[in-house]
Amino acid sequence: MRLIFDIAFTHVRFRLRQTVVGMLGVATGVGFSIMMASLMEGSQRDFIRQLVDALPHVSVTDERREPPAQPAAEVFDAVVVHGLSTEQLSKGIKNPYATLASLEAWVPGEVAPSVQTKAVARFGGRDTAATVIGIDPKREVHVSQLATQMREGSLEGLFKASNAVIVGDGLAKRIGLRVGNTVTLATADGRAFYGQVVGLFHSGVRQIDESQIYTLVRTAQVLSGRTALVNQIRVRVNDAMQAREVATRIERLTGYKSVSWQEAHEDLLSAFQIRNAIMFMVVGAILLVASFGTYNIVSTITHEKARDIAIMKSLGLREGTVRSIFVLEAGVIGVLGCLFGFVLGYLLCRGLGLIEFKAGFTDATRLPLLYAPQHYLLAGGIALASSLFAGYFPARRAARVHPVEIIRGAS
Amino acid sequence: MSVPLIEVRRASRVLTGEIPTTLVADVDLTVSSGEFTAIIGPSGSGKSSLMYLLGLLDVPTSGDVFVNGRATRDLDDDARADLRLSHLGFVFQFHFLLPEFSARDNIMLPMRALGRIDAAEQGRRADALLDSLGLSAHGHKRPDQLSGGQRQRVAVARALANEPAVLLADEPTGNLDTVSSAQVISILREVAAGEGRAVVIVTHDPGIAAQADRTVTIVDGRLVPDQATSAG
Repeated sequence: MRLIFDIAFTHVRFRLRQTVVGMLGVATGVGFSIMMASLMEGSQRDFIRQLVDALPHVSVTDERREPPAQPAAEVFDAVVVHGLSTEQLSKGIKNPYATLASLEAWVPGEVAPSVQTKAVARFGGRDTAATVIGIDPKREVHVSQLATQMREGSLEGLFKASNAVIVGDGLAKRIGLRVGNTVTLATADGRAFYGQVVGLFHSGVRQIDESQIYTLVRTAQVLSGRTALVNQIRVRVNDAMQAREVATRIERLTGYKSVSWQEAHEDLLSAFQIRNAIMFMVVGAILLVASFGTYNIVSTITHEKARDIAIMKSLGLREGTVRSIFVLEAGVIGVLGCLFGFVLGYLLCRGLGLIEFKAGFTDATRLPLLYAPQHYLLAGGIALASSLFAGYFPARRAARVHPVEIIRGAS
Repeated sequence: MSVPLIEVRRASRVLTGEIPTTLVADVDLTVSSGEFTAIIGPSGSGKSSLMYLLGLLDVPTSGDVFVNGRATRDLDDDARADLRLSHLGFVFQFHFLLPEFSARDNIMLPMRALGRIDAAEQGRRADALLDSLGLSAHGHKRPDQLSGGQRQRVAVARALANEPAVLLADEPTGNLDTVSSAQVISILREVAAGEGRAVVIVTHDPGIAAQADRTVTIVDGRLVPDQATSAG
């Protein structure tokens, strides 16, 4: 084995220029693959984190997934129903506080009631559609990040007055609202309410910041015209990744539609999966291209060393031994390429991390990067495997050389 | 007492193709210990082809080659390689030294491949071979730093590294001047004189052939009857 190493390392050392070129090819592939994986997964995690932080992990609403069966359909085998109109009024969750108590008994996390209703927010002649969410500030701190997202005022400010509201900073900016102003909230059925702005929040997700207004549960109930209404239970699970399972169980137990953050953003998560598949394909392609360099170099070496191969075989070195020598040379190029690629990848990530930018949908100012050992292992593993694979074929060809043909030609 | 080391029995080597070419035809030849045998013949007569059969570098189309009494025709490539490594040594017209390695490392290569002796013993044996061939001052040099004669002597030393029973030399002096040529032949004669060893040399130099114990002439792939020569 030592002999194989010695010959392989000697070949590589004496062909320094070729080795460096091959190694740089692999290093570039590995480096850019690491950078790409770091950027893709970093941005994905950052985006998911913002989604998870901005919303309750599970929203239990007063809706049902399937419309209830018509009573007549339960009695007769065949029923035709005409002229049904959809009920507009939000029914609310039945016995909401009993339901809350039952959930608190087993949900691994916190639960809080809320009331959601739609309204138009008007101020200074400008108006915009808004979702008014009635919350219990004492419970809300346990189910959302709202308290930490306050830019002005505080969550407890809602207790200052019965008409106190906390407004998303995007919405406030759109209609020119400031803390202390009074905003008119008008519902579709003609009710109007004058809310006093006691705070502004900023979740970082534009869609939320430009559309949501928080107030007390009781105030939202007044605005919706139903004093005992609770139409949403907000749940925060200790482990956000368990939200889907918790939501399924809640739905099974209560019958109400329970939507986890994963389900709410299924389209986005699917897009991430496609994006990851594209990333892996691109990374694979980069490393495959790099392996062509290794193939070329090992091919060249075996071509140049045809006489040496012939004499080694005539001396009595086995075919497998000769093959191992050249596969090992490809391995050396691959390993060196990986090591330099790791350094290059890290430096590229550091460099990217310094770039400032402004994205449309979040307020991040730096590219979110994830420094993960698995990126290095994955890129290095694929690169090394590609190198060995690329080196194998010229090595096999070299090992099959019939020494007599070469010796005759050389003599 | 001489012992048969290689026996060629009715061996033929035919290149298949549109027009089959016979390189060696129905050859019977025995190489015994203590012999210095010269294979002579005109260019293209099959001298080298016969030597490749003797050295297990090629496989006869019919007939067989026995090394130490063992039939080799049906052996796989690895088994033939193992036999070459342990029983045979080769010297070619071109030295075929590995250019990146020193003379000493080149000599040690077959010993390392065989792995019968430890590294220290390999080094000692390489130094002894260098010394016996007058190359002790050149062991550290790479082939491109040696003269043609020195390279060929290193090639001889490499062929002797595993103490083979038979040393096969194909025109070993073809690229050498008269002095170097005489040195190499002298070394080969000493090897043949060693106990249990034999040397087979392919040459078309009558002067070298005249120094052999035995001359085998091959014409159009066929042997003409053995002629014993008086060793010069």
